[in-house]
Amino acid sequence: MSKTLPAVDVAIIGGGWTGSVIGKELAAAKQRVVVLERGEPRWPSPDFQAPMVHDELKYVRRHALHQNTATETFTFRNNPQQKALPMRRWQFASPATHLGGAGSHWSGAYYRFDPTDFKMRSHYSNRYGAKIFDEDLTVQDWPLSYDELEPYFDRFDYLIGASGYAGNLKGQLQPGGNPFEPWRSRPYPNPPMKVPYAPALFGEAAAKLGYHPYVQPSALVTRPYINSEGLPMSACVYCGFCSNFGCEHFAKASPQVCVLPVAMKLPDFELRTGTHVLRVELTPDGKHARGVTYVDAAGEEVFQPADIVVLSAFSINNVRLLLLSKIGKPFDPATNTGVVGRNYTHQTTSGVNLFFEESFNINPFMGAGAVAVTMDDFSADNFDHGPHGFVGGGYLQIQVVSGAPISYHPTPRGTPGWGSEWKQAVRRYYNHSASITITGSAMPTRNSYLSLDPTYKDAWGLPLLRITYDLPDNDIRMSAFLTERGDQIGKAMRGVTLTEPGPRKRPFTATSYQSTHLTGGAAIGADPATSVVNRAGQCWDVPNVFVTGAALFPQNSGFNPTGTVGATAYWIAERILKDYLAAPGKLVQT
Amino acid sequence: MDATPPTSRRALLKAFAVGVPAALGAAARATAQPAPAASPPSASPGAAPAAKPVAGPRSRVLQFFNATEAANMDAIASRLIPNDDLGPGAKEAGVTFFLDQQLAGGWGTGDHFYRQGPFEAGTPEQGYQLSFTPAQMFRLGLGKLEEASRSTSKKGFAELSPADQDAMLKRMQAGELDFSPLPSAIFFQALLDGTMEGFFSDPIYGGNSGMAGWTLVGFPGAYASYANDIDRHGVAWTRPPVSIADAHAHGAAGEAHP
Repeated sequence: MSKTLPAVDVAIIGGGWTGSVIGKELAAAKQRVVVLERGEPRWPSPDFQAPMVHDELKYVRRHALHQNTATETFTFRNNPQQKALPMRRWQFASPATHLGGAGSHWSGAYYRFDPTDFKMRSHYSNRYGAKIFDEDLTVQDWPLSYDELEPYFDRFDYLIGASGYAGNLKGQLQPGGNPFEPWRSRPYPNPPMKVPYAPALFGEAAAKLGYHPYVQPSALVTRPYINSEGLPMSACVYCGFCSNFGCEHFAKASPQVCVLPVAMKLPDFELRTGTHVLRVELTPDGKHARGVTYVDAAGEEVFQPADIVVLSAFSINNVRLLLLSKIGKPFDPATNTGVVGRNYTHQTTSGVNLFFEESFNINPFMGAGAVAVTMDDFSADNFDHGPHGFVGGGYLQIQVVSGAPISYHPTPRGTPGWGSEWKQAVRRYYNHSASITITGSAMPTRNSYLSLDPTYKDAWGLPLLRITYDLPDNDIRMSAFLTERGDQIGKAMRGVTLTEPGPRKRPFTATSYQSTHLTGGAAIGADPATSVVNRAGQCWDVPNVFVTGAALFPQNSGFNPTGTVGATAYWIAERILKDYLAAPGKLVQT
Repeated sequence: MDATPPTSRRALLKAFAVGVPAALGAAARATAQPAPAASPPSASPGAAPAAKPVAGPRSRVLQFFNATEAANMDAIASRLIPNDDLGPGAKEAGVTFFLDQQLAGGWGTGDHFYRQGPFEAGTPEQGYQLSFTPAQMFRLGLGKLEEASRSTSKKGFAELSPADQDAMLKRMQAGELDFSPLPSAIFFQALLDGTMEGFFSDPIYGGNSGMAGWTLVGFPGAYASYANDIDRHGVAWTRPPVSIADAHAHGAAGEAHP
């Protein structure tokens, strides 16, 4: 028997970006909100202070801010014929836990999705003909357009203090900006990041080859800034301990820096940490949520009644919550029916390792999660896909994330992995290497999906989420094309003596880190037969449950997700406030 | 609140233009920031002022390894990262002590390791699927290595010549030694990963003694800021590395949590 608490208006599962933004918006409108965060409360001060936070072993190797695989992980297989086995430790991605979630340990690479990302199926069909899509791809349009979301992108920009130089203001290309950037209504609130050596060399070579390099937009602020909530941020100091770390400087945007201090002063907002939600409870007809059941820090089951439930856990953990709560019909690839778990994708990343003459001191430790020179010439539909026969694209860049040497000590292929020869090579190359990173889109297929594992359980006895995934031919062709372009740029860079292109290959492996951008499984759409939520983020089947975050993506863009996750959070908050609360019920009729 | 961005493409390119190496001219240097920490780019990390002379590990009170295991771990560390004219090796950097502490603690017992069965081999893409915690694997693996050494050479692993130790390590790496039920190649990888962690992690964990690992590659450690250095392109960093234990705290820029 679980303990039952007094009812609230809104229960939000997860204290990351979307839960914090939506929680604050609803509490400011006098909705009684409780945000249920499974992890611990961790704040920039005092939890992330230097020098203790500059600890690679703790934060990168021992996963201090990542979901603990001992209690909950995913199982994985490449196709439905295999038996899935658990990821016993993290390698392929770093799903978050603790307050702020991935918004606390992220890199801060800050992009908006391209307008074509929102009409992927129709745009490519119109321009190239429907046959541009391989038959196995289940690509579909969003029910929202970029233009509709632009005001919400803008709000998120000014919440996080985005740093960058606008390329396209209200349709007017800006001299010096990224000519491929989607239009924006206002400039970035802060100027671009400083540019380290290796990205500068990349930009020089890319420009010489006729491409359009630009300084990557960032969620690390570049000067003292008061954000749209009145909260102070200070300038990034490029300490090089950014991705996987909390930021001690209040420079990297996070829910703790940008929104929670304001939310927590609202009388109707409560943050409750150490609350691990097991499921959303439904009425017997399965059509209405009554609230959520969680396990508190002492292990006791607690029922929190609520009129509205918002799923704001780490992206695909929302899909698991839907499946555990029996909300929506689970996807079945055999019959191609059902929706929950459908259109799961990852991010098709690849790279080109570069090795330099010894006179080029790269200083890889002077960096930040999002300090880079990038080019979008091969992103989205910025180039003619006709001759290449694939859809999607990606950006090429050199970013200087970290020189912390447990993880970063590159040597050329063929170097022994140990012994005196290795030692000589690692000393020779540590400060004279870099890599071009390529971040590509990921297309969904019928056989790549999420479901509950039939065998393996979490620490509470509930089925783990099972990932069935392999890279489609489309993405393999795209990766080969993009990586070849990267190799050409690398060869044109001054000081480079050796390039090692590494296009993404099949089979997809759970044993190497690719990205923490795990997307889809609760697609947003216009058709209940192929989506889990409508354009308001509202579950088709249970109208008082809303889903947020990257699980909504019907396919993954080549651009990093957080900008679009933030914009859709503001959009969904407004739909709840303006539309749902005015007339509770289905917001889109079918 | 608006940005004051560069107003032309040229200005933008300039913003990430490659800095003129300081050695190319006094004029370029004169316009650069004062350079208390920097030296001419000809300096290489290896030529940086050496960190303090490498003392041995601070403590050898072992909590996990027995004496034989520790001697073998020292011998393995010496082969994986040897002490040579480039500087101290993994043994001198205290990797054995580092691993002892790690294996005796939460990581060793698998505090972040999903350990529910059934255990099945799976495909290579499914990753590590054995039930061993790190502590169990090191205990078994080091014992098997000693056994293999004694059965073929009548000597403990630590007593073998460096060449013979290398030969055994290579056979382990190739999976040719029978450590059943532990695949020897998997144990070798764990040894190598653990040695790299001990050589390159902050000295507060007992390895990287004297910052030997950081000095080898030129990693500065727990510095607070490169705000004044990051766009001075190509300038070698020559200040000695700093451990968390010795770095200065600096005031939080914002308020403590609400």
